[in-house]
Amino acid sequence: MDIKTVRDEATLILQISGRVDTKTAPQLEEIVSNSLDGVKLLIMDFEEVEYISSAGLRVLLIAQKTMNKQGDMKVNNVNTDIMEIFEVTGFSDILTIE
Amino acid sequence: MKELDIEAVIDNLQEVLEFVDVQLEGTGCSMKIQMQIDMAVEEIFVNIANYAYDPETGPAKVRVEVRPDGSAVSITFIDHGVPYDPLAKEDPDTTLSAEERQVGGLGIFLVKKSMDDIKYEYIDGSNILTIMKGLS
Repeated sequence: MDIKTVRDEATLILQISGRVDTKTAPQLEEIVSNSLDGVKLLIMDFEEVEYISSAGLRVLLIAQKTMNKQGDMKVNNVNTDIMEIFEVTGFSDILTIE
Repeated sequence: MKELDIEAVIDNLQEVLEFVDVQLEGTGCSMKIQMQIDMAVEEIFVNIANYAYDPETGPAKVRVEVRPDGSAVSITFIDHGVPYDPLAKEDPDTTLSAEERQVGGLGIFLVKKSMDDIKYEYIDGSNILTIMKGLS
């Protein structure tokens, strides 16, 4: 997994690529835990995400809970296989997917 | 049938996934099915690595059987740790809001939803968990 971060004032964009799994999800959690101060809009760009496991879903939920208190979060460009995982787990109702 | 004997630690997850994916190659299964199987393998192996022998570590066996016509696969995980039936756990409520949802606890639920069948047995001190998935 690789994460490119783009900060523009109160907007933080995370361009994530590869696999968000047990091994890599802690990298994403690190950003979610430490880089959201003052962020009003968090955008996770999933265009190049190939795979997500429950470890990745866990971090998305932490991020969503944090952003519910301070602004908005969007998950963009989700492919159909990952969308299916979001639907099965109810995450499609929790996340704002565009 | 192929078997992999490996220490159940998170650092070996990649090796387990590669072992399974090599068996799936040649069956012509779709990327989607392979992703679902990888996800199930990850969730189960990580559970064994985290809990079966806690706080020690111990061995796991992963057995992959592809049907001769390539139409289905069954993958069996065997450990000798504490008896644990993951199927006994209640499914999470997927209708709750983000605030109400517990962080975590989705792993086995995802396995149940994405595999065609899953069964658990505890025999002679071994946890035996088998997942089955059609490949077409």
